[in-house]
Amino acid sequence: MRTDPPSLLSLAIDSALLHISSYSDLSFLPEHILEDLFLRTLRAGKLNEKILKLFIATGKEEILSLIGAFNIQCVLTPVLPTISVRDDEVDIVIAAIEPDLTSFLEEWRAVFSRFHLIIIKDPDIKGELKIPGGFNYDTYTKADIQQIIGPSNAATFSGYSCRYFGYLLSKKKYIISIDDDCIPAKDTKGIQVDAIAQHINNLLTPATPFFFNTLYDPFCKGADFVRGYPFSLRNGVSCALSCGLWLNLADLDAPTQALKPELRNTRYVDAVLTVPARAMMPMSGINIAFDRELVGPALLPSFKLAKEGKFRWETVEDVWTGMCVKVVCDHLGYGVKTGLPYVWRKERGNAIESLKKEWEGVKLMEEVVPFFQSMKLTPAAKTAEDCVIEIAAAVKEQLGRIDPVFTRAADSMVEWVQLWKTVKTRT
Amino acid sequence: MAGASVTPTPLLKDELDIVIPTIRNLDFLEMWRPFFQPYHLIIVQDGDPSKTINVPEGFDYELYNRDDINRILGPKASCISFKDSACRCFGYMVSKKKYIYTIDDDCFVAKDPSGKDINALEQHIKNLLCPSTPHFFNTLYDPYREGADFVRGYPFSMREGAATAVSHGLWLNIPDYDAPTQLVKPRERNTRYVDAVMTIPKGTLFPMCGMNLAFDRELIGPAMYFGLMGDGQPIGRYDDMWAGWCIKVICDHLGLGVKTGLPYIWHSKASNPFVNLKKEYKGIYWQEEIIPFFQSATLPKDCTSVQQCYLELSKQVKEKLSAIDPYFTKLADAMVTWIEAWDELNPKPSISNGPGK
Repeated sequence: MRTDPPSLLSLAIDSALLHISSYSDLSFLPEHILEDLFLRTLRAGKLNEKILKLFIATGKEEILSLIGAFNIQCVLTPVLPTISVRDDEVDIVIAAIEPDLTSFLEEWRAVFSRFHLIIIKDPDIKGELKIPGGFNYDTYTKADIQQIIGPSNAATFSGYSCRYFGYLLSKKKYIISIDDDCIPAKDTKGIQVDAIAQHINNLLTPATPFFFNTLYDPFCKGADFVRGYPFSLRNGVSCALSCGLWLNLADLDAPTQALKPELRNTRYVDAVLTVPARAMMPMSGINIAFDRELVGPALLPSFKLAKEGKFRWETVEDVWTGMCVKVVCDHLGYGVKTGLPYVWRKERGNAIESLKKEWEGVKLMEEVVPFFQSMKLTPAAKTAEDCVIEIAAAVKEQLGRIDPVFTRAADSMVEWVQLWKTVKTRT
Repeated sequence: MAGASVTPTPLLKDELDIVIPTIRNLDFLEMWRPFFQPYHLIIVQDGDPSKTINVPEGFDYELYNRDDINRILGPKASCISFKDSACRCFGYMVSKKKYIYTIDDDCFVAKDPSGKDINALEQHIKNLLCPSTPHFFNTLYDPYREGADFVRGYPFSMREGAATAVSHGLWLNIPDYDAPTQLVKPRERNTRYVDAVMTIPKGTLFPMCGMNLAFDRELIGPAMYFGLMGDGQPIGRYDDMWAGWCIKVICDHLGLGVKTGLPYIWHSKASNPFVNLKKEYKGIYWQEEIIPFFQSATLPKDCTSVQQCYLELSKQVKEKLSAIDPYFTKLADAMVTWIEAWDELNPKPSISNGPGK
């Protein structure tokens, strides 16, 4: 255990480690510093192929013999060689519903530590955020939210919805968001699932919404389009949203979970598939990734139940926004995928308690789903922002009189697009 | 309510026929014996009718060769393909049961990831007996399976689902690829066991493969015509595809569900890709126009029975697809002949499935 404070050199090396993905050349570093950096990179779990190549390129003897001694080998031909995303194109957005993120981040360290994290603290919770070292992150609290977008708007970002603030501020192309009560899952062979890599893979390979492929994802290794699949549709379209699934505690509603308290999802379905065009589905915000440049503005915190709570059973903001995104994707010609990756969702909360508190979400779905199923956008809507504005107008007109939550949602959606444009121009 | 015991799947041995088209032999039935023996088989012998097909001992079956088909249908026999497994649909017509399971003679029992033999028929029966969910996609796939349910956000009013008309199974080992894909990837094998059954959403078309297929004859039988293929026809290997597009449009119209996924069978024989290419060649081009036709096909509200829907479709085929090739005029006529033959052999009042959508 250290009793002396770390030296300036040590701090400098730590800082370099945090930003290592942005370096293109390390040969200027003196050998002893290079070695130290290499060992810390290994320990932090950040040694990927690109960074390994950087170290090898320095040509320094010590580094090369270390690599030989550890028997570190370059990764063989990747499964899909055309897939590559730079680490600096991805933001992982975490909503801190509890302030202590230590165990959550430790579980995900091997997978998260390459990337930049945006951590938003739920403005309603008390206590300092606890984040372990070795991560490259920015945090935002209530004060930041109020400062950046004004105090009146801050209420939009309470609870699970605080993550949308992260989506708003991010400047990256790809966003991945996982609830803080989920840890990495294991596949059928017992290997830990790299949810981030799978999401990125989903977003970077085409989606096929116009015709169903019975062998599921045709771009997956070992699969292809089946007989009868039109050739003109085999290019696919860009995938804008990737929805993952959950082992253990599945994302069921409160009545279902209360009725079947022992029900746990143990079935690992080894497939990714595109949700067909015009088919609607309930998106779960627990484990998603999306292309911010394509559909960013359509992921919005607008559907807040009057008694929205701190358990997923007490919210439907993600189901609402998921349908907005699907309508937008169908209109603009993008795809939505569902299936892998799985995360392991830990036990949390009591379904019966949630049921006593909150029925609204379940009841409102009866109106929400048919509305989105029949929602048609005009040819004038050419961007995600345009689409959201049109949807908001339709919500106000068709659903406003059913329940005030819809009028509030419509207004909030319009404000959200405004906010999105403002933040975009400011940065 | 959450009971640990699972109700066993009914055998339905007096309600289900297994239809098998064959041109060579039925040795594959030996492997299926433990699962198929309780059921009645309808064997449709394609090719040379003077050849004797050997059926393994102990199976209860009826066998029809080309002479039988001609005798039974008379001039209407023209709608049944010759020298193509499409002839199997004669078996659907002649059956008197509620359910049909059809399987190719090069399909064997597969093993699940635990090494256990898969009873494909039992899974198909499960699929057909429990509802589908075509109106809203469930991200946990089949919500009626043990260990699964509807996810948060799924409206309760939609949880009853729709009656399941078709259960489309998949294949391990040799995948069902078209000729160009087979030529490019001759070694590819399907080794991925995807443990899911799912409903294909309303409004979405899919490529239906006839290798491992079950359906409710009373709900959708008359639409399961496998078209004009093989001898004297310009295309082959599109029989099941054609039926798949027709049944999906009709199921969507009548509010019925189509499932795909489990069960898997083991497909052992890779057909010759060059022969396939010759058969599929025109189909590959034609499907580019056929698919948009089916995607935009609508049926009028007063079509409330499968036969009415099918006849209406045949009119639209004649009207809109004949421009591609005169084959489609012939096909449209054959579709009408098929319905006439079906009604003749199945003289019940035409089944109404409720108001069309």
